Amino acid sequence: MPGPDKETDLTERIEAFLSDLKRGGSGTGPLRGSAETARETTALLRRITAQARWSSAGDLMEIIRKEGRRMIAAQPSETTVGNMVRRVLKIIREEYARSRGSSEETDQQESLHKLLTSGGLSEENFRQHFSALKANVIEAINELLTELEGTTDNISMQALEHIHSNEVIMTIGRSRTVEAFLKDAARKRKFHVIVAECAPFCQGHEMATSLSRAEIETTVIADAAIFAVMSRVNKVIIGTQTVLANGGLRAVNGTHTLALAAKHHSTPLIVCAPMFKLSPQFPNEEDTFHKFVSPHEVLPFTEGEILSKVNVHCPVFDYVPPELITLFISNIGGHAPSYIYRLMSELYHPEDHEL
Amino acid sequence: MWIFAALVFPAQRKWSSIVNMADSGVTDGPEKKNDIERAKNEGKDLSKEEKQRLRKEKKHQKKSKEKKDEKAPQETPSAVPAPAPLPVPASESPVPADKPAKSKAELKAERRARQEAERASKQNKKGEVGQQVATGKTKAPQSELQPVVKRLPEHIQADNPDVLKKLAKKLERQQTPGYNATTKAKIPLRSDYGRKVSLFSHLHQYSRKAPLTQQLSIPSTVIHPAIVRLGLQYSHGIVAGSNARSVALLHAFKQVIRDYSTPPNEELSRDLVNKLKPYISFLNQCRPLSASMGNAIKYIKKEISNIPSHCKEEEAKSKLVNCIECYINEKIILAAKAIAKYSIEKISDGDVILIYGCSSLVNHILCEALEKRRKFRVIVVDSRPRLEGREALRRLVQRGISCTYVLISAVPYILPEVSKVFLGAHALLANGYVMSRVGTSQIALVAKAFNVPVLVCCETYKFCERVQTDSFVSNELDDPDDLIVTRKGKTHLEDWQQVDSLGLLNLVYDVTPPDFVDLVITDLGMIPCTSVPVVLRVKSVDQ
Repeated sequence: MPGPDKETDLTERIEAFLSDLKRGGSGTGPLRGSAETARETTALLRRITAQARWSSAGDLMEIIRKEGRRMIAAQPSETTVGNMVRRVLKIIREEYARSRGSSEETDQQESLHKLLTSGGLSEENFRQHFSALKANVIEAINELLTELEGTTDNISMQALEHIHSNEVIMTIGRSRTVEAFLKDAARKRKFHVIVAECAPFCQGHEMATSLSRAEIETTVIADAAIFAVMSRVNKVIIGTQTVLANGGLRAVNGTHTLALAAKHHSTPLIVCAPMFKLSPQFPNEEDTFHKFVSPHEVLPFTEGEILSKVNVHCPVFDYVPPELITLFISNIGGHAPSYIYRLMSELYHPEDHEL
Repeated sequence: MWIFAALVFPAQRKWSSIVNMADSGVTDGPEKKNDIERAKNEGKDLSKEEKQRLRKEKKHQKKSKEKKDEKAPQETPSAVPAPAPLPVPASESPVPADKPAKSKAELKAERRARQEAERASKQNKKGEVGQQVATGKTKAPQSELQPVVKRLPEHIQADNPDVLKKLAKKLERQQTPGYNATTKAKIPLRSDYGRKVSLFSHLHQYSRKAPLTQQLSIPSTVIHPAIVRLGLQYSHGIVAGSNARSVALLHAFKQVIRDYSTPPNEELSRDLVNKLKPYISFLNQCRPLSASMGNAIKYIKKEISNIPSHCKEEEAKSKLVNCIECYINEKIILAAKAIAKYSIEKISDGDVILIYGCSSLVNHILCEALEKRRKFRVIVVDSRPRLEGREALRRLVQRGISCTYVLISAVPYILPEVSKVFLGAHALLANGYVMSRVGTSQIALVAKAFNVPVLVCCETYKFCERVQTDSFVSNELDDPDDLIVTRKGKTHLEDWQQVDSLGLLNLVYDVTPPDFVDLVITDLGMIPCTSVPVVLRVKSVDQ
């Protein structure tokens, strides 16, 4: 077994991925979409499963947790990495439980009775060795990868259910999911799209050119005009960076204003978010929630002396509370924000919330 | 009087046959002048007066000699019965010439009343009574009850080809009398630029790269050079902000008045107003007039028409220049001081104040508060594409106020730190809505959601009688190319004109509903947003 070579090869790949993550999230909009990050993370985890040395499920989980922590530390704002790690951990638990023969139901039910009666049972050490575990886990991860590949298409397929003709739809910034969603609807229906440009990075411009090439009537407006034109908008469809555990969003700068304006005019706010963006974090708007980038995007260095006398902030993300959101559209269908916590319990195991 | 009446009747019939829809039965001689005086004094809307003037101009050019002949014989009889000292249209003449004027007035009033009855059925009775009684200057009780038949302003009818044709003709007509078609001196018509968003097709959209002055000949004989310069400054944004624009306009008008000389056989009070009209059309084309400028122009026109005819030219001119300076001093400078005094009561130590864009009034308030030794810090919010907040930032930092600077999309992030929001206004509308720079309503909305008080500072001369509920019906479209930006060497929107389905929208103003605004600070005191029509009424009674 060419163990050492494999190992060095593996560590090389992990290091390459980490440095990519560090570079990629420089705040000027994702150089790679979240879907790509998710795919690459999952592929890397599969490789770790295949090539690393482990004998029991517990070992594997330890390895993955360790690598996962390093990956999250490389780019804390890129939550899909952590989400994928948790998904894989959940897969391992499931496969282990299946190999042991215990039915999956008892493991997943969190009834009050179970909590009382099985106080000590939750201490599974995952120490038993199953030879078929590796193959099963890798197969399950492959299924996960297939699911990831189809998320955008699954979401776009629901487009015609939500968009009718002659609508005016508003969106902000650039989201590949929303782009695919709107383009899919545009094949059959005619509607207008208003794109808020989302300063200072102005990703809305790219979105607008891309949509207009698909023959959708697009208008670009400045961020300041969001409330002014909202009275004519029928729906607001946005993408997001992360869906938080309480149903809120961590989305691009300017989304909170958009959501407030939509609420004021009673315009429905629809969020197109694939399941891998769902993160078990709660919003704490302190240190870890916000990410800032260089203030020269806001006040360039050409302004001269006043730069030293002024504080300039350039946050990248905005928190949107769940009360302002009407609907989540994900690859498994549509949900209300109040249902998100339930989905999370299906995707992740509670012990993995803190890696 | 009987002879006079006999002379009057045939003349009336002749003129009324020409003037088919005479809303005020424009005849000639002193009747016309009385009519105009009454129209002005009763605070009639500008449209009727303008119509009269236009018709008069037409008649001037067509039948100037005839009119002079007719003037002479009729002036003498008017001088005979009334101890009026003048044969020329005088603003004060209705008072002494009351008695003979009354009969004509009654006839005219009846005709006018009949015509208004056609137009607006309900309020005729009260208006009629008001018209017959008030030949003087009392206009307050009737101004609200008279049917307000306003003409829609031209700048919000850009999609109506008839209106555009009328505007082109009007611009041709507004030549300085004496310069006819031979010199080809007329005010050019500015054409729209780029594809307009369909929601805003009723508004004009001009390009900054094609200013109106390119189409003017050099030297421009129609337009005073101070006005040309002003127009250029407006269209390029060199002079921006409603106070600055009004003050610049008034200074330019002062220059125009100083350089003005009454042509022979003309009356200063009428001719100067006619002179100003092409200038106003020109400025309107360079950049649509703001509400404050509109009010200032109304004031000037009123002052000019109130010049007594016995005034010598020099005296009249210096009087007008004085009036303008008084207006600027009272309505802008002193008002700012009063507003600062009221606002400083609302600023306490330790406050974090949020301001948006560059409002000269808000900047003034903050500087005054600093001088009164209040301790506070300021957060300046700015927005693309104008980025006016940087100017405010520079001014405040220069005075030593500690500032933070963010873009408007970061307002929900920074708002938990803020204790008050101070906003400036471009105009306050009669239904309580605040018209201001685009983005103001957004800030007020977010502040309301976070329970932060919003205070709007506005001088009373910016109050206007228009009503508006959304930002679409009346707005200004700026150059759409301003939205284009080059980042990292890529300009995504460069060829937006080539792509049919892509449009850029650069709005200038928006309206903030009154429920977002907690207080309006004016020079009359601190009022709620909904008291604007009360202030307007009080103002019109005073004047």
